[in-house]
Amino acid sequence: MDLKDLYQEIILDHGKNPRNLKKSDNFNKDAKGHNPLCGDKVHIYLKVDENNKISDIAFEGSGCAISMASASIMTDLMKEKKEVEVKELVDDFLEMIKQNPELKSKILGENEKTKLMSLSGVKKYPMRVKCATMAWHTLTAAMKNAKEDTNTDKFE
Amino acid sequence: MNINNIKKQFPIFNNKVQNNDLVYLDSANSSQKPQVVVDRIYDFYTKEFSNVGRSVHYLAVAATNLYENTRVLVQKYINAKDPNEIVFTKGATEAINLVANTFGQKFLEEGDEILLTELEHHSNYVPWHYLRKSKGVKIKFAEFNSDGEVTLESIEKNITPKTKIIAITHLSNVTGAILPIKEITRLAHSKNIPVLVDGCQGAPHLKLDMQDIGCDFYAISCHKMYGPTGLGILYAKKKWLEVLPPYQGGGGMIREVKKEGITFGDLPNKYEAGTMATAQVIAFGESIKFLNKIGIENIENHENELTKYGEEILRKNNSVKLIGSPKDKGSVLSFTLDGVHAHDIATILDEDGVAIRAGHHCCQILHDKLGLSATARASLGVYNTKDDLDKLNESLNKCKKIFEG
Repeated sequence: MDLKDLYQEIILDHGKNPRNLKKSDNFNKDAKGHNPLCGDKVHIYLKVDENNKISDIAFEGSGCAISMASASIMTDLMKEKKEVEVKELVDDFLEMIKQNPELKSKILGENEKTKLMSLSGVKKYPMRVKCATMAWHTLTAAMKNAKEDTNTDKFE
Repeated sequence: MNINNIKKQFPIFNNKVQNNDLVYLDSANSSQKPQVVVDRIYDFYTKEFSNVGRSVHYLAVAATNLYENTRVLVQKYINAKDPNEIVFTKGATEAINLVANTFGQKFLEEGDEILLTELEHHSNYVPWHYLRKSKGVKIKFAEFNSDGEVTLESIEKNITPKTKIIAITHLSNVTGAILPIKEITRLAHSKNIPVLVDGCQGAPHLKLDMQDIGCDFYAISCHKMYGPTGLGILYAKKKWLEVLPPYQGGGGMIREVKKEGITFGDLPNKYEAGTMATAQVIAFGESIKFLNKIGIENIENHENELTKYGEEILRKNNSVKLIGSPKDKGSVLSFTLDGVHAHDIATILDEDGVAIRAGHHCCQILHDKLGLSATARASLGVYNTKDDLDKLNESLNKCKKIFEG
């Protein structure tokens, strides 16, 4: 194992200076997620337009570098994505974290893929996988405007 | 006391963990086990196994005697008046649930108050929480001060004529504060209020004398005391065990069972329904002998010296902030590191073989009050050395380096 795989530059950068970390002023969908094991929390706000496209996305939360970086990178990538694309990207990311060596989706450009692949280091740290996936599960819940908290205990 | 010899008695330190020497700083979570305890479990299952308290054959009688021997060893270790005041449970959590459930059932009514502290581990809050719904009781929390201590005054301030029981920790698993449990008990008894002490952190590190403390209930977690998992102890004064109803029903705890009704067995069987954690109880006898051999005073001194040393080096490290500075403190060092989340600290330290705990340590009320979602915690045991704390500090500097780039 190598810590450099886990704490890559991109992760440290997004962890320290998370993008889109604010409460959205004009959201129409949202959901909260938390990890009871460590107390990490995330609240995702979405503005989804009439064409089912995310026109604005933001998040509030606190947590470790991995969870903050994951939420930061994810919110950057999801802007202007349609609902079907969001679903495809979430599934692709979760499969990659679980088992796939690469991302399969063709929606993302090479630069975006590289950015997202920086989170793949958590594969070697089973206890930290949920740190990386919490925001993604919560995004799925936000698309459904879920009232209940998304609890990482319920993830596969 | 030669600490290197003591460390040699713990087989876990003979093995590398991910190619590193193990620096185990998570004893407040659970302690490692000396060889004698491991051997005792093996020997019992391979040479002496039988169920206890039921059959009359040779092995059953021998096993029953071994089981009851541990009860007496524990009684003497904590200076309880009577071996029947020692009840084996599946953990300290069950011990507290037993009291909350039976005491609540028998003595609590709507509007009654239970007094806890803000330092409590979830296991000394959640069991009482159920009584809010079932009985309509109120739960109050005595506040901790800026040093992370709960004082006698803080307890006194929160006692009202409605207070029916006080349940407090002996030693905080986050701030390390040792509560004045003897004084609190005296105060409570002057108002006819019984006291339960959560001794999970107290029992492995401090000399215990139940008759001197005078508390009504004291819960112990055996796996934090160099003993096996799956075992706890409830010390309860006989007068309570005699009047409280049974907790669980089943074999072994009854006197007579008829279609029309049931009468319950005498102490301590009344509270030990079903087949108990026999091997664990017998092996825990070895944990007590191990502690007696070194002497709890020597352990206390050793751990106090290490705690002071740990505080010293962490205070010198400008990026580290220690949580709490109680005057009377056990061997717990909780801290935050500027700019690095506790979970990232724990992962990076783990790469060096340094095992600490990160999170809320089952104390969310405490962390909420401090405005922290998580802290890192290094906690000590009899096998730790100054070298372990130096390695902790080195690894913390490595965390800083990674995060500062």
